[in-house]
Amino acid sequence: MDLINSHPVLDFSHGRKVSFSFDGRDMEGFEGEPIAVALHANGVRVYRNTPEMKRPRGFFCAIGKCSSCFMVVDGVPNVRTCVTPLVRGMKVETQNGRGTVSLLEGEVS
Amino acid sequence: MREFKPDVLVVGGGPAGLSAAAEAAGAGADVLIAEGDLHLGGQLVKQSHKFFGSKDEFAGTRGFEIARILREEIAQYGDRVSTMLNTTVSGYYPDEKLVTAMIGEEEYVHISPQRIVLASGAQERLIPFPNNDLPGVYGAGAVQTLMNVYGVVPGKRVLMVGAGNIGLIVSYQLLQAGVEVAAILEAMPRIGGYWVHAAKVRRLGVPILLRHSIVRALGDSVVTGAMICELDEKFSPTGEAWKVDCDTICLAVGLTPSNELLWQAGCKMKYVPFLCGHVPFRDKNMRTSNADIWMAGDVCGIEEASAAMIEGRIAGMSAAASLGFKVSSDNFEQYQTRLGNLRAGEVGEKIRLGVSDVMVDGWEASA
Repeated sequence: MDLINSHPVLDFSHGRKVSFSFDGRDMEGFEGEPIAVALHANGVRVYRNTPEMKRPRGFFCAIGKCSSCFMVVDGVPNVRTCVTPLVRGMKVETQNGRGTVSLLEGEVS
Repeated sequence: MREFKPDVLVVGGGPAGLSAAAEAAGAGADVLIAEGDLHLGGQLVKQSHKFFGSKDEFAGTRGFEIARILREEIAQYGDRVSTMLNTTVSGYYPDEKLVTAMIGEEEYVHISPQRIVLASGAQERLIPFPNNDLPGVYGAGAVQTLMNVYGVVPGKRVLMVGAGNIGLIVSYQLLQAGVEVAAILEAMPRIGGYWVHAAKVRRLGVPILLRHSIVRALGDSVVTGAMICELDEKFSPTGEAWKVDCDTICLAVGLTPSNELLWQAGCKMKYVPFLCGHVPFRDKNMRTSNADIWMAGDVCGIEEASAAMIEGRIAGMSAAASLGFKVSSDNFEQYQTRLGNLRAGEVGEKIRLGVSDVMVDGWEASA
């Protein structure tokens, strides 16, 4: 992971290291820290592709306001990954377009 | 669905909100803090530099240490202060005086508070240029979150846009984290932030290019560089643009109040350029035109954390007093004096002018 090794002012204390998957690839991150931060530390920059212009989007505001980091997490689309804590075994996927909500599809059929 | 009925709901657990919670709980009120992030402290947790200003407002103490002090202060009130993290307050229904909120992405809750202190802070501004949505273009606050809160390297080589205090301080923090800063661009003909911050980054060899701006970000799926150029007196590009190699473009071009809930609540608002956006009218107790709602911090005008903390104290105290809890009028006067002192002199002039534009003598008692 791309972490700051030494800092003149700050000491970083991380939680437990856990594994999760991003688009099928195994990655490691710290439990309880935002998913978007864990992805960034693993070198991932593109988090979703926009519905109409197909533009890549990634990390931007980090406070859950801008919608740039929406991803599909454990099948749920539009998760604000910058404020959603990482949990062991999470399945994180690049979101293409608006995403679909499987629960609604299930209710309709 | 879970429902909550606190005496005072504090929206936002940053410097203003924590200070408001401490005062309201100190007076005896049951307080609920709703915070969007995964921890309390707001922007303070990312501030690794020592604060200026007044000793009363922790001058000389690093921001993240101030956050710890405030958390310890509210902890002493035990159950009287409860906290909901990862919670977005999404709506206010004036007729029912009902607040709706989402905890995480799935749980929807109702909150029926007696009083509300809105301390929802601010959000970063974006400037228009082609490719400003490319991954690698980050807000300055986001860069601080990555490196100062979570210890993650934000990039290898950063182009900073904006030489106000945030642009200067974050540039210095990038250097502390071992990241190269290619340059700091500033559209104005002079540095906006304090000279002491500018001097620190200049001593470390970072160029500050005045009258310069970004023309476009380069890259297909991520930032690989930026085209920059000089600006003329009318802020139009002049001369030929040239390329700066960088993998990160950090925007430090100002903040604007996160005022959505104030609009929803029908608070009387005004656009005040000196306060960086639409802000509510207020009396000296930080009460809005809605008799149940107080506010504090950047949501009522972009200022510094020192002022946010005092506004929070005043708002929390006043909200508790309106419920019949006993508060000390001496403390109230002292906070007003401290706030006045912070805004004294040349540096406080724009804030004083801005605040005077939206200050009312008092609200008429509503039925």
